[in-house]
Amino acid sequence: MHTFLDCFAFMAGHFGLLLDRTIDHLLLSAAAVALALVLALPLGVWLGHRGRGSFLTVSVSNIGRALPSLALIAIFLGLLGIGFVNVMTALVVMAVPPALTHAYLSVEQIDRDVVRAARGMGLTERQILTRIELPLALPVLFTGIRIAAVYVISSATLAAVAGGGGLGDIILNQVSYGLSGVIAAALWVAALALAADALFGMLGTRIARGRYGGGR
Amino acid sequence: MTPMATGPVIPDFGTVSPCVRDNGLFCADWFAANWSSVFWPALAQHVRLTVIAVGIGFALAFALALLAHFRRWLVRPLGGLASFLYTIPPLALFTLLVPVTGLSVLTAEIALVAYTLMVLFKSTLAGLAEVPEAVRRAGLGMGLTRREILVRIELPLALPAIVSGLRVATVTTISVVEIAAFIIDQGLGSPIIQGLQSPFNTQFIGAGLLAVALALAADGLIVLAGRLLTPWATMRRSA
Repeated sequence: MHTFLDCFAFMAGHFGLLLDRTIDHLLLSAAAVALALVLALPLGVWLGHRGRGSFLTVSVSNIGRALPSLALIAIFLGLLGIGFVNVMTALVVMAVPPALTHAYLSVEQIDRDVVRAARGMGLTERQILTRIELPLALPVLFTGIRIAAVYVISSATLAAVAGGGGLGDIILNQVSYGLSGVIAAALWVAALALAADALFGMLGTRIARGRYGGGR
Repeated sequence: MTPMATGPVIPDFGTVSPCVRDNGLFCADWFAANWSSVFWPALAQHVRLTVIAVGIGFALAFALALLAHFRRWLVRPLGGLASFLYTIPPLALFTLLVPVTGLSVLTAEIALVAYTLMVLFKSTLAGLAEVPEAVRRAGLGMGLTRREILVRIELPLALPAIVSGLRVATVTTISVVEIAAFIIDQGLGSPIIQGLQSPFNTQFIGAGLLAVALALAADGLIVLAGRLLTPWATMRRSA
């Protein structure tokens, strides 16, 4: 049990190091999620708006889920070599499927009658998208962002394998940091993932409430 | 006095193909030559670790889901606990368990089972909850007991949801078993991790591709098994 106590001493003694790696970790994750969202959200929303492409999004999400994260990093290691680009590509590939599927579903699940009513009132396609569909889609859309973000933060731990830095660097380097350091970093990254999940969860509830209850 | 060496002093490692010498992306000859010593054992271990984890995880999650189905107040705490476990990054969970249970298969399996629970618990519960109330009442009206309603009505109707949960859980487990190679020298992750030390592309690309293929194959197999288990759903689909 004293291994766990030692790790708190490590946290206190190496707070700067942990903070440094955490910032690395979050920057890497944020960059990957941002890139994935830029790629996936417009495509998903557009496909949902057109009401087609369910086969594409379902297959992408099924295949995406089946891609083991370490295997992806390993394959890109061969293709792209060690470093930031490799890790980014692997993380983006992991983040796109949940974001794309949720973006598609968020628009597709909207009651078609609402859209028809809007069309009947003379709204243009663009107005339907921005004024009707997107606001109604927001809660589900956000769930997709949350899943992608938490998954990427979790997988970014493996980035250290390919020289991507982050908290995984400490976990995988017992020689330098000792067992207490490894345990400390593991606890730290677990707390980080849980905190990110909780934060996104809270934001999600707020968005949903803003929509459906007298939030404003 | 030993006789002078007549052959080359440098030990003869045999000749390698140009692909291996130049560290090409994927050398099929090397992959084939090392299939039985490296890749096949790793693949077999990978499958074994996955099957054990999904088996135990399913038994546990199924029992908990049934419990929560009858005691609704358990849904939130059990679901919350399972989500909590699911959110912890795999590498962190493996590492945190090492001081407790050591660098052992047990450690790996505990973490692997923990990851299957959330998906299996939620999908089983959702499947049971989706059963229309009218169907349940009809069963009651026909004189079925609560247990008979569960076994003969609710569970068969929940089967598609359970199968889709099994799909996700299996594929996720295959992915996490790769990471388990950081604590035990088993599964397709271990050639990857060993390959990282001497960056030889074929070793980790080969193992990575095998893991992807395994996940896709397992996914397909479970879909197929699900169709065989629920012939009525297939009939409805084609009708």
